[in-house]
Amino acid sequence: MTHLDEELKQLKSEITNMWNLIIQQLKKTQEAIVTFDKDLAREVIANEKRVNGFELKIDRDCENIFALFNPVAVDLRFVLSVLKTNNNLERTGDIAEGIAKFIVNANHSFDEKLLSQTETLVMFEEATDILQDVLTSFTNEDTKLARRIFQRDEMLDEINIKANSVVADYIRKNPDNLEQGLYILSTIRKLERVGDQCKNIAEEIIFYVEAKVLKHAKGNQKGD
Amino acid sequence: MKIRTHQVNLYYSDFHALKGITMEISANTVTALIGPSGCGKSTFLRVFNRMNDLIDGVKITGDIFIDGQEIYDRKTNIDDLRKNVGMVFQKPNPFPKSIFENVAYGLRVNGINDKKFIEERVERSLHQSALWDEVKDKMKKSAFELSGGQQQRLCIARALAIEPSIILMDEPASALDPISTAKIEELIYELKKNYTIIIVTHNMQQAGRVSDKTGFFYLGELIEYDDTKIIFTNPKNPRTQNYITGRFG
Repeated sequence: MTHLDEELKQLKSEITNMWNLIIQQLKKTQEAIVTFDKDLAREVIANEKRVNGFELKIDRDCENIFALFNPVAVDLRFVLSVLKTNNNLERTGDIAEGIAKFIVNANHSFDEKLLSQTETLVMFEEATDILQDVLTSFTNEDTKLARRIFQRDEMLDEINIKANSVVADYIRKNPDNLEQGLYILSTIRKLERVGDQCKNIAEEIIFYVEAKVLKHAKGNQKGD
Repeated sequence: MKIRTHQVNLYYSDFHALKGITMEISANTVTALIGPSGCGKSTFLRVFNRMNDLIDGVKITGDIFIDGQEIYDRKTNIDDLRKNVGMVFQKPNPFPKSIFENVAYGLRVNGINDKKFIEERVERSLHQSALWDEVKDKMKKSAFELSGGQQQRLCIARALAIEPSIILMDEPASALDPISTAKIEELIYELKKNYTIIIVTHNMQQAGRVSDKTGFFYLGELIEYDDTKIIFTNPKNPRTQNYITGRFG
């Protein structure tokens, strides 16, 4: 294994650790919303520092690899994709933290019926699953799996769109619970963005493995 | 600290070639010396095995310690010093002998005649220089039959055979093709586990790839000396920045 190979392996391991941390952050946020566990939500908020630490370290490692090893071809694409994925993951971490803050600020537990009608928990499951699958795709350089992410993101988009009317209806019927409706709607908006981040990461994986640029490509072109 | 220099000045007659160089080098690291031609980096490299002593009119002041010993002290045995500080040059310079005898040469001139010992040391040195697999079946062939890159690794094996703790490399890959260069660089990376290496290079990417510390020389001065990561991402001195970004002068 060459010196550069070792650096790339370490970079891959570093971003995988960050990825796993963020998956845990999302799972804990989901659990905190179901059980209305403010301490768990606070833990998620505290862990955001670790996410930021990973981001800074990976940024620095990429900078060093560019400066010291001048990677080319697949190595260059790998470092570029890690650099961008790092940014997408950090934003996903911010999303978990943002939702955790809603939980800490909420006055009482979330209405189970509302959670069910808006499919918030389904969305949580799907967002976490997608994030896990995109990690598997990255680990195994599996671009087939990466391409499936694009379709799965659409499911999150649909739930997000439907949520507007469900929450509006809830607020009309429960004007005293206006705050709760807004928190849930904001949570859904945030989870929808997890899908967007995963989609971006999937594009980066395809760029790294196949040297194809899918950014701004239409849906049918992405399925190539 | 493996190597320590303090206020080293070197003069070639009236020419002041090194100006007050102070540097510390840790064991098992690779230190790259970079800078434009004539900046003093190769002169500084040759300070460590006293090769400059061979040039007429050279005068050196200051302190140079290796393992705590002042190497310019009168008591220093230069042969012992050069056994401890091996050197590899820009162009591969194998002797007109067989592959085996090239590596065994240093042992023989040091009075070692034990055949088994020599064979073991030759094999180990060739393993260390990542050449064994390529030459094990033709040890009696002339060293000149090897490619340039193989010859350079043979010279490294020759240097390793006498078990130095420091290896000086003066542009060891500048005469080689990219594949051979990559092999030499990987070798340097491997060797630092057991040796302290100082390398002079004109190739800044090479300095970045192989070294832990980098020193930038200009007009006989050590302008900046720091972790290679810092030199190549955030050098403190504008002259270093101009040099490594190719904007020098």
